[in-house]
Amino acid sequence: MATSNGSSTGTKITALVVDDDRVINAIHCKLLNKLGIENHVAANGKEVVDLHCSGKKFDLILMDRDMPIMNGIEYQSKVTEYSLLHGRQQRELRAMGVRSIIVGVSTRSIKQEIQEFMDSGLDDYQEKPLTSSKVISILHKINFVD
Amino acid sequence: MDSVVLLQRQLVDYTAQLFNEGFLDDQFNQLQQLQDESNPDFVVEVVTLFFEDSERLLNELAKALEQQSIDYRKIDAHVHQLKGSSSSIGAQRVQKVCIAFRNYCEERNIEGCQKCLQQVKNEYSLVKTKLETLFKLEQQVLAAGGSIPWPM
Repeated sequence: MATSNGSSTGTKITALVVDDDRVINAIHCKLLNKLGIENHVAANGKEVVDLHCSGKKFDLILMDRDMPIMNGIEYQSKVTEYSLLHGRQQRELRAMGVRSIIVGVSTRSIKQEIQEFMDSGLDDYQEKPLTSSKVISILHKINFVD
Repeated sequence: MDSVVLLQRQLVDYTAQLFNEGFLDDQFNQLQQLQDESNPDFVVEVVTLFFEDSERLLNELAKALEQQSIDYRKIDAHVHQLKGSSSSIGAQRVQKVCIAFRNYCEERNIEGCQKCLQQVKNEYSLVKTKLETLFKLEQQVLAAGGSIPWPM
């Protein structure tokens, strides 16, 4: 199974796992870990915003839609605000080929709710719980692995 | 040597039984696949987290259903969380009761909710006992010098 260390400088792919359920976080982190991805956890949307404001960047964010403090959708619009403020920086980062891919993870399977979730700015959506093949399909989508 | 084979046989049979009776589903296999030499207690650790969180949630649910004025949204939130974590470790029967529980919440059906709370407590208690037995059998195999034949 192909794992990737990212660019030729050997930097690992970084991911942020966001869920208020620590059982899910433990499982998703282990999964990502086995694929060679460096991961961090956050318990809610507010923590994610704080992390970004403190300058931390992630290649991939796996975000649960159903969280108490600032749910997934509210976070998306904050991210947009943040990108507008740092528009130039974002463009430079994009020119370098770097961007956070945000993947929504949820148990919701009603089409309308999924659409709402995607419309708020997600790059992809997967149903919980994640499995190695789901994560690999995400990575393939964003060309992090061959 | 014989005792190892016997113990392994016991483990395989017990595990198959749990799957056949619907206590565990394929998600549990996924967890086992994540375990390796760098983290040989991964499954036990995650399942232990599940036990702790579930017990907390069941207490919260009991409290919430005793209130004069029932907060169905809060109950639904707790059940949703229990459903999520039980499905993530493959505790299928617990997950199934949670689905019914949420429907009663939506209907604001207090009796239905109380019935489901009792059911989910039972299912949780059953799966906890069975997983603890499973882990004990695994320990016995390892102690006798055998290895865990996964997947089973």
